[in-house]
Amino acid sequence: MRRYSAFAIAREALRYHTGWGRAWGAPAPKKHYDVVIVGAGGHGLATAYYLGKNHGITDVAIIEKGWLGGGNTGRNTTIIRSNYLQDPSAAIYEKARSLYETMSQDLNYNVMFSPRGVMMLAQTEHEKRGYLRTAHANALQGVKTEFITPDRVREIAPIINIDGPRYPVLGALWQARAGTARHDAVAWGYARACSDMGMDIIQTCEVTGVTREGGKVTGVETSKGHIGCNKLGIVVAGHSGQLAEMAGFRLPIEAVALQAYVSEPIKPALDCVIMANTVHGYLSQSDKGEMVIGGGADNHNNFTQRGSFSHIEETTRALIETFPMLSRLKMLRQWGGIVDMTGDRSPILSKTPVDGIFINCGWGTGGFKAIPGSGWGFAELMAKGHSPLTEAFGLERFREGRFIDESVAAGVAH
Amino acid sequence: MLKFTCPYCGIEASETELAAGGEAHLKRYGPGSSEQDFEGYLFLRKNPKGVHLERWRHVMGCGKWFLAARHTATLEVFGTYSAQTHEPPAEIIENIRAKFPEWQA
Repeated sequence: MRRYSAFAIAREALRYHTGWGRAWGAPAPKKHYDVVIVGAGGHGLATAYYLGKNHGITDVAIIEKGWLGGGNTGRNTTIIRSNYLQDPSAAIYEKARSLYETMSQDLNYNVMFSPRGVMMLAQTEHEKRGYLRTAHANALQGVKTEFITPDRVREIAPIINIDGPRYPVLGALWQARAGTARHDAVAWGYARACSDMGMDIIQTCEVTGVTREGGKVTGVETSKGHIGCNKLGIVVAGHSGQLAEMAGFRLPIEAVALQAYVSEPIKPALDCVIMANTVHGYLSQSDKGEMVIGGGADNHNNFTQRGSFSHIEETTRALIETFPMLSRLKMLRQWGGIVDMTGDRSPILSKTPVDGIFINCGWGTGGFKAIPGSGWGFAELMAKGHSPLTEAFGLERFREGRFIDESVAAGVAH
Repeated sequence: MLKFTCPYCGIEASETELAAGGEAHLKRYGPGSSEQDFEGYLFLRKNPKGVHLERWRHVMGCGKWFLAARHTATLEVFGTYSAQTHEPPAEIIENIRAKFPEWQA
C-alpha cells in the first residue's frame, strides 16, 4: 500500500496523478477462510481490522450484500460521544471515542475527526436532574463531561433560543472532546487497511444461507457460491434478524427506520453538536455548511430505508422552536436507514447458540460513534472467546434480566 | 403516507393518528413460566422483512386497539381486523396469499 502523505501529493502532482493505486482490492472469494465477517459497514470492517492488528488473524473475508459502507455507516449524522450513564456503555463508547482521536494516524487515512464538542440540552427539570446524574456517573467512569449553565450554553451556541416559552434551556450536559467524523472515510480507511493486511473485501455478494455441521458453523452460502469458515461474525445491523434466522436462532431485535436530513449550505453558524432530546431533534453543521438534522425513529417495524414524512415534520417543528433561524432554511435532501433496536437499547456483542458464530448488532440509533470500540471488543471476543469490553453485552442478558438500560438515560436520539 | 382503516369506527386514519404497538398474537406467559418462555414473550419478535401482523391503537380517534397485516418492506396494508381474536380472519389471509402464496402466519 502506498502511504498517503503531503509528499505523496507533491509527487503525484508532478506526474499528473497517475501513481495513485486502488485503495482496496476487489478479489473473487476463496473457498475457505479462517474468519468470515458478514457486513462491510463500519463495525464489520473495524472488527476485521482489529482481528488483524491486535490478534494477528488475517485470513479474513468481509462479505457485503451492497457496497462498502452503504448501509447505516453512510446514513448517520456522524455524532461521536461517550456520555452514557451505565458503566459497560461508557466503557465501550469511551474506548471508541478515544480510538477516533488517533484513527487518522492509525489508518493513514483522514477521517476528519473533529472534537468540536457535544451539548445535550436539558429542557425540562426532569431532564436536568437526569443529566446531572449522568455527569456524576461520567466523573466516576473517567469520562470527561460537565453540566453547564444556560449562560455557558448561549456562549457556545448563540443561535439557541434559551428562553423559548415552552422548552427553556435549563442547562446542558457538555462533552468537550466529543464531536463528529466523516463517516464514509471511516469505512474507507478501515477497508484500505484491511485490504493491505491481505483480507478480502467481497462486495455485491449476498449471504443466502449459513451452513452448519453438528452445531458448529462451516460456512455461508452466498450469491457467489459457498464460502467456508471456522468462525463467522454477523455484523449486519438492520438485517440481523434475517441472518440469525438462517443460522437457526432468534434475536431480541426489531428493525425500524431512522431518518436524517440536511439543509442547504450556509455560512458557519454552529461549531458544536447539539442534541435536544426532549423535543426529539439533533443538529450540527457539516464542513460544507449544511445543517445536519436528525430526529426520532419510526415506531413501527420498517425495512424501507425511507422513514415517514410525519417524523420530518415533528423534528422540524421541534427544532425550530429552539433554533428559530432554521425556519429560514431550505432542506436539501433526506434519507433513512434501518436500525436494529433491542429491548434495553443497548447493543449485543455475543457468542450465539451456534458454535463459531458471533453476533454484533442492536446498536439501534447510535452505532456510528461506537465503530472502533465495537470492532476492538468484538475482534477480541472472536479471537479469544471473551473480552472485557463486550462481557456485559451478551445475548443471554435478556433471559437473565441483566439489562443495560440506556433507553431512559441516553434518550431516544443518539 | 401509511394509512389504516380502523375496524371499530370505520375511519381511514393516517399513521400520525395512530400508535404502533408491535407484533400481534403474542402468547402471554405468567408467573411460574420458564426463563426461556419469558424471554420469548418479552423480547423475541418475528420482525419479518415481509408480512407482519401487528397491533395499532387509534390514539387520536376512538382510542381502541386493533390489528393489521402490513408488509414491512413495501408498507402495503392487507387489511385491519378486531383485536378480539387469536388469528387473522380468512379474508385477510386471502388478501395476503393473493400476493404471497407461500405466506404462513
